[in-house]
Amino acid sequence: MDLRFFAQNALGGLAYGSLLFLIASGLTLVFGLMRIINLAQTAFYLLGAYVGLTLVAHGFDFWLSSVAGGVVTMVLGLAVYSAFLHRYHADPLTSLLLTLGFALILDDGILALWGGDPRSVSPPPMLRGSIQIGTLVFPEYWLAVIAISFTVAAIMFVSLRRTMLGVIIRASVDDEEMARGLGVDVNRAFYVVFAAGALIAGIGGLLGGPITSAYPGLDGELTPLAFAVVIVGGMGSLTGALVGSILIGLVNAFGKAMFPELSYFTIFVPVALIMAFRPQGLFGRKQ
Amino acid sequence: MTLQRRWLIAAGAGFIVALVLPRVGVPTFYISLLTQAWIYAIVAMSLDLLVGFTGLVNFSQAALFGVGAYAVAIAATRYHVVDFFPVVCIGIIAAVVTAAIFGLVALRSEGVGFIIITIALNEIVWGLAYQWVSVSGGDNGITGIVRPPVGPFDVSANTGYYYVCLAFFVISLILLSIIVRSPFGLVLKGVRETPRRMRALGYNVWLYRYFAMMISAGFAGLAGVLFAWYNQFVGPTSLSLDQSTQILIMVILGGIGTLYGQLFGALVVVFLSNELSAVTQRWEMVLGVVYFVVVMYAPGGLVVLVPRLWARLRGLRPAVERT
Amino acid sequence: MSGAASCLALDGVSKRFGSLSVLEEVSFVIGQGERCGIIGPNGAGKSTLFNIIAGELPLTRGAVRFFGGNITRMPAHARARAGLARTFQTTTLFPKLSVIENIVLALQAHSAERFHLLAPRSRYHSRDREARALLDRVGLASRSNELVDALGYGEKRQVEILLAIAQKPKLLLLDEPTAGLAPGDASLVTEMLKRERGDITIVLIEHDMGVVFDVVERLIVLHHGRVVADGTVEAIRGDDNVQEIYLGGKL
Repeated sequence: MDLRFFAQNALGGLAYGSLLFLIASGLTLVFGLMRIINLAQTAFYLLGAYVGLTLVAHGFDFWLSSVAGGVVTMVLGLAVYSAFLHRYHADPLTSLLLTLGFALILDDGILALWGGDPRSVSPPPMLRGSIQIGTLVFPEYWLAVIAISFTVAAIMFVSLRRTMLGVIIRASVDDEEMARGLGVDVNRAFYVVFAAGALIAGIGGLLGGPITSAYPGLDGELTPLAFAVVIVGGMGSLTGALVGSILIGLVNAFGKAMFPELSYFTIFVPVALIMAFRPQGLFGRKQ
Repeated sequence: MTLQRRWLIAAGAGFIVALVLPRVGVPTFYISLLTQAWIYAIVAMSLDLLVGFTGLVNFSQAALFGVGAYAVAIAATRYHVVDFFPVVCIGIIAAVVTAAIFGLVALRSEGVGFIIITIALNEIVWGLAYQWVSVSGGDNGITGIVRPPVGPFDVSANTGYYYVCLAFFVISLILLSIIVRSPFGLVLKGVRETPRRMRALGYNVWLYRYFAMMISAGFAGLAGVLFAWYNQFVGPTSLSLDQSTQILIMVILGGIGTLYGQLFGALVVVFLSNELSAVTQRWEMVLGVVYFVVVMYAPGGLVVLVPRLWARLRGLRPAVERT
Repeated sequence: MSGAASCLALDGVSKRFGSLSVLEEVSFVIGQGERCGIIGPNGAGKSTLFNIIAGELPLTRGAVRFFGGNITRMPAHARARAGLARTFQTTTLFPKLSVIENIVLALQAHSAERFHLLAPRSRYHSRDREARALLDRVGLASRSNELVDALGYGEKRQVEILLAIAQKPKLLLLDEPTAGLAPGDASLVTEMLKRERGDITIVLIEHDMGVVFDVVERLIVLHHGRVVADGTVEAIRGDDNVQEIYLGGKL
């Protein structure tokens, strides 16, 4: 019974955490690179979910719809970035208010287009079963989400380490002035990172649908979790985002199971501990 | 000196207008909106103490405001504490204690880090109000809060309550104006300008930021208390991140570091959001657009923008404003 | 080593940034009332040393003593309270505050007044008088109410030092006080320092040797984070080793 409780929540937390990674990775990279706190990041996730579930309802393939949701989100995100945000890199307060304004517009637009009723999303047919180990039952779809997120994480890590653009991004996170001085096209890195952040969050929307479902206000509920991830992991660190996501996913799952009314408060515990002992986050660099 | 006198006259005239408004046939609806503006102006000024005078962009102000509001509701519905002044004190203390905890966590970092952490803190308190149904009523909030009499005065009607909020606004404005002009206020400005030099001069920068957060929270909590009685209801939206941002928008609109400007910021936001919600269902979207416009075109606030527009209308060069 | 008259004592102070060693085993004792210059080529670790003495940077190894007391772990503001004042290489004032407010911030740092929050500052006449008197010393009293931002560069450098003097320190750390000044303005600064009371200990980082020889009687030469020479101005001038270091660098 105890083992069952533990295993079920651990896997649930892991699945939820890997969804959080799809949101928080963009958040932390955009912040680390451009000092933009993107409050619309969870709205990107929600938009991706709605676009995706609409396509599924019209008979399109689940995976294809998910990617399409990501692409639509990315296009919208890039439009806002290039029209407004890119002017305010050095000005976190202004860019923060702009992204919040954008989040409000997105939220309300979603409400206008899709209405206020929660939409549930079924997993694709091939993943509707469960795996049984003894008395433990794991939905196959959870395992799939974990696998996909870890694959995305692996791709991001490899592209940051092995591609020219990745090197530029890492150099710019460390020292933008210096990167510019070396004649590096930092601007291109900005666009790519913002686009990738929106794309991944948007794809995550439909992928997460079977776990979180989709409803107006879901983005507001995810924001504290995503921010907790970034704080715990360290602002600007992808490794931190991965570890932080898993940690917050697990804390959230066990918190919800053990103190259902206080689950947001249980997230506060790792955040407070981190701030007390390692203000720069687990993998952040000292400022 | 003459400038100062002119300000005093303008403030006095404004105060007299505010006093007579309910007596000259202004519709109750507008009296009620003005009441709301007095309340929001208090919380906006409390935030200005941090943003404009201490250099701390705090996104958890709505949480402190909300803690004050929930304190009223919980004190009344669970503990039957309903008297005016005790409840005001409870609300203020609850907010200050919350800020004391927030400060311990958030003041470990500065600048953007502080912003992110206060966002998270605000969200956590919101989550608590949203989920802890047995205490907070969850999404439904807590209803049935009754406006208590103030000493011998019955203020349960809108007009009476208008005067209560006006009085607290004026007291808050005076108190905060004195604080920012005091030696302590000068220290806060020093912390805002150049924390490094402040440390070299022997000031414990952390401690002043911490004090500023708690003082600010006291006023935010007071506003929260007034807001709970105003609405006779509290719900999680009053401490959402959107609310925090709206307060910040008031501060930006009013003019960062002006204090009195926050009244204009509050008036604009309160009337705009009410008019908007009357005209269109999509007022949240319009509000989002307003954020864009304010941030991009009026970063100095109305107190800078309006004189500048006025000067341009009269074909004059704008006077250089001291910020 | 540390007699009763020792003001500042460094004991094997080392500082590393990752694998980069900036200071290695720096030790010296500066007596009360002594005026000592720290010189050395760029990158010798002079500013890092100041930041460690002032408590802005933690050190990797070693100890810092102030009048015999161990202050190695004391935060910067507590050191300032104990009587240690510093200036900065790049002007570090309060640009959006008036000149007199800048000075008042330094003056009230040690008084309980800094916690007074219910009386406007305009009531504190004697504090303002004190600040004006200080400003009068450098001829800036008439500009008390202007923003510091509006002052010229040379005037800002004077206010930079004035803030530290207003702290009434026992030890004054000056980080290139004449950096970027025209020769005429540099002599103003020199005059300011020479007029200070005899019991203030002064430690000075400076590239302008004219200023150094004018103000200090003892020199410590830092090179690659090590003390390579320590002695009277005359002795250092005649030191071949020091000449070699400077011939390789500047002057």
